[in-house]
Amino acid sequence: MTTKSIQQPEPGFVHGLFLYLLVFTLWMLLVGNLDTAEMAAGVVVALIVTLASRPHLSILAGLIISPSALLPLLRYLGTFIVALVQANLDMARRVLSPSLPLQPAVVEVETKLKSSLGRLILANSITLTPGTLTVDVQDEVLLVHWVDAPPGSDRLSTTKAITSKFEQHLKGFVL
Amino acid sequence: MTLTLLEIVALGLLGAAVLLSLLRLILGPTAPDRVVAADTLAVITTSGLVILAALLGSPLYLDVALIYGTLAFVGVVAIARTIEGNG
Amino acid sequence: MRLIADLFLVVGAAFTLFGAIGLIRMPDVYNRIQAGTKAVTLGSLCLLIGIALLYPAWWSKLLVIGVLILITNPLGSSTIARALLKAGVKPWSKASVSQPGEADR
Repeated sequence: MTTKSIQQPEPGFVHGLFLYLLVFTLWMLLVGNLDTAEMAAGVVVALIVTLASRPHLSILAGLIISPSALLPLLRYLGTFIVALVQANLDMARRVLSPSLPLQPAVVEVETKLKSSLGRLILANSITLTPGTLTVDVQDEVLLVHWVDAPPGSDRLSTTKAITSKFEQHLKGFVL
Repeated sequence: MTLTLLEIVALGLLGAAVLLSLLRLILGPTAPDRVVAADTLAVITTSGLVILAALLGSPLYLDVALIYGTLAFVGVVAIARTIEGNG
Repeated sequence: MRLIADLFLVVGAAFTLFGAIGLIRMPDVYNRIQAGTKAVTLGSLCLLIGIALLYPAWWSKLLVIGVLILITNPLGSSTIARALLKAGVKPWSKASVSQPGEADR
């Protein structure tokens, strides 16, 4: 994914803390039990990993860390799971129908998300939603391969059809 | 563990999926087609390793699946970079 | 419990198979990526849920594997698609479809 020419906000202390907790949680999930010794090791390992990855912490800077971000996150996850299941039923229908109904085209969609993390999550979501595959991200324009593009659609209508349902929730927890 | 009928059906479907992906890998016709087939096979293999862990009742294979999935992703990105460079 | 787990396994395997069928039937690389990625991602997640119901003690590691697949699979597919576009592989299209992406480039 291209990240150049994106105005990147500076990561704060909370982002470091967030990364630390994330690494620690991953450690505990991999260990799979609540031994005191394992936990102590996790505290140390997570600290080392967090410090070692400080140069790359700016990736997380787009994250809004506040209690008010929780609800949009849950809404986003709900929308995402529904879209994922829809995408698969849609794809199964296309693949299994003898006539193979396809009308593929590469279209452009716009995003208002500023951070590279936000665009990354949006691009991944688009790839897993019905009939669309993110091909490239060029600043605020995403190139999307659409299996069933309506003829004569312009950038506004495709943006509305593809990104808006994710973006309205995404902007609640990433910049 | 003894398998139920549904589990045997699931294994059969998964086996058919692997065979079809292999067919695409062999048929090609272009290198990118093979890359896509290999990518798909890698993900199927990851979940296949998890199923192997369940069949053998040994959680050790879960770690194998985890490492395999990570390495497959790195491999796919490396191949994609190569294609990009040649273009 | 075992029945629910088995249903998840069968559904997961079926979606994976649909993805593989798509891989064979689709007319060009981009459509094949689409079919492969979506179906196999959800298929794998269903399989993982099924296994988690059979072996509840393994939930933590299965969760990590599931999140790993959920993040890396679409990312890998997008990376391949981008590389193909940059290498100049043209998407297949029916003659009647205009391509707005190409027009203003």
